[in-house]
Amino acid sequence: MAQPKRDHIIMNEREIRETLIGFVSQIQSDYPDPGSVAVVGIQTGGAHLARRLVSMIRDRTGFEPDLGILDITLYRDDIALEKNQPIIRQTHIPFKVSGKVIVLVDDVLYTGRTVRAALDAIIDFGRPRAIRLAVVIDRGLREFPIRPDYIGRSISTQSRQTVRVELTEEGKPRDRVIISMED
Amino acid sequence: MLPLKSKDLLGIEHLGVDEINLILDTAESFIEVSERNIKKVPTLRGKTIINFFYEPSTRTRISFEIAAKRLSADAINFSTSTSSVSKGETLIDTVRNLEAMHSDVIVIRHSIPGAAQFIGSRLKSRIINAGDGAHEHPTQALLDMLTIRQRLNTLQNITVLIVGDISHSRVARSDIFGFLKMGAKVILCGPPTFIPVEIEKLGVEVEFNLEKAIPRADVIMMLRIQVERQFSMLIPSLREYAKFFCLTPERMKLARPGALVMHPGPINRGVELDPRVADGPYSIILDQVTNGVAVRMALLFLLAGRPGADGNPAPL
Repeated sequence: MAQPKRDHIIMNEREIRETLIGFVSQIQSDYPDPGSVAVVGIQTGGAHLARRLVSMIRDRTGFEPDLGILDITLYRDDIALEKNQPIIRQTHIPFKVSGKVIVLVDDVLYTGRTVRAALDAIIDFGRPRAIRLAVVIDRGLREFPIRPDYIGRSISTQSRQTVRVELTEEGKPRDRVIISMED
Repeated sequence: MLPLKSKDLLGIEHLGVDEINLILDTAESFIEVSERNIKKVPTLRGKTIINFFYEPSTRTRISFEIAAKRLSADAINFSTSTSSVSKGETLIDTVRNLEAMHSDVIVIRHSIPGAAQFIGSRLKSRIINAGDGAHEHPTQALLDMLTIRQRLNTLQNITVLIVGDISHSRVARSDIFGFLKMGAKVILCGPPTFIPVEIEKLGVEVEFNLEKAIPRADVIMMLRIQVERQFSMLIPSLREYAKFFCLTPERMKLARPGALVMHPGPINRGVELDPRVADGPYSIILDQVTNGVAVRMALLFLLAGRPGADGNPAPL
């Protein structure tokens, strides 16, 4: 019989901040010209992280890269299977995608289906020079051939567990990453 | 979030406030798709949407067709003049044939009130009422609500003045139901022959004098005088109607600053609406048209993209 779920904190505020700082350094060393980069966050967790990355890059380089927000609901492959009504949130790509290096940001990478949808969505806006993927947590269990370029932490999980990244932007008291265990 | 309760969209009268909000919020997110370079998303790939118009229409039919195509659905249009309806085929036979070809959504406009409900209760396809006689025109009311909400941020406690032939207007009926549900105040204006007796029982106010009504309105919705519907005995002449009820620049001077002028189209210029007002700064008539596509995309998404009313998943 399933026990009540137990929460484990696997990343705290400081570790999340260091992860983002690491992303900024890696992006900067891969693409020294911040004008060639645009950061695109997947609604809603990835969108918050993308906003943070953009302001961190601005603080470090004095140049604010383009920021985009993507809702992938219209590109999902499982809408007809959902019991609840999916809510379509805003998509806002206020810059020319063609020729840019797009750093796609999400909080948790799991099956890869969300990223697949996001790739299709971005390509509908133009032909980027490259798309890179940054995720705070890679929890494995991929169903599609998708691999992140910038990773905060890789963990191995089972599908009955849930991994969530809590952020202050969502009204949480502090940033942290939680894994819910059923043991 | 809960999906829409009914498999069909037949009218505003039986929608809940939550359902209206869901449709408007979804529509708001769809506005952006139409502003892209590539105005298309793959969401309804493989769905078949049939636009079946028993009455002439430009805006509504094209708006539904564009909405379907921007969602990658296959849209098929047909009208009575080019179909077997002109050979005497009955409505139910025609739509059963459409369903036999695996239609997912049938958008229907018909001159008989209740036509959409009639086929909706007999078919598995989702039905969207694009206007049934003088009964309802729900997508028009939804795009009106979206357009007002965009400008004024809310529908709560605003005053909407609806001017024209209320008795014969499906737009007016759907608008009245919608605005009242969303907490707006509604004033109706027109010659007494155009205002149904006891309409106040719906919760609206009636004012026969347009000059008295205009200063109280945040939104002035001018209805089209339906010259094709032959009720000439109800008004002495179009000229006389215009004298008392045409929205002219002189009358607009009585309006609140920032009041919005709307019209469901097509406009009879110089009858209910002076061209200088139709094309003037108060007019948001073309915003209504733009938002019409977003509202219809939202409805197609919410109805065709969802599991059936029986709880079974929609066929992929």
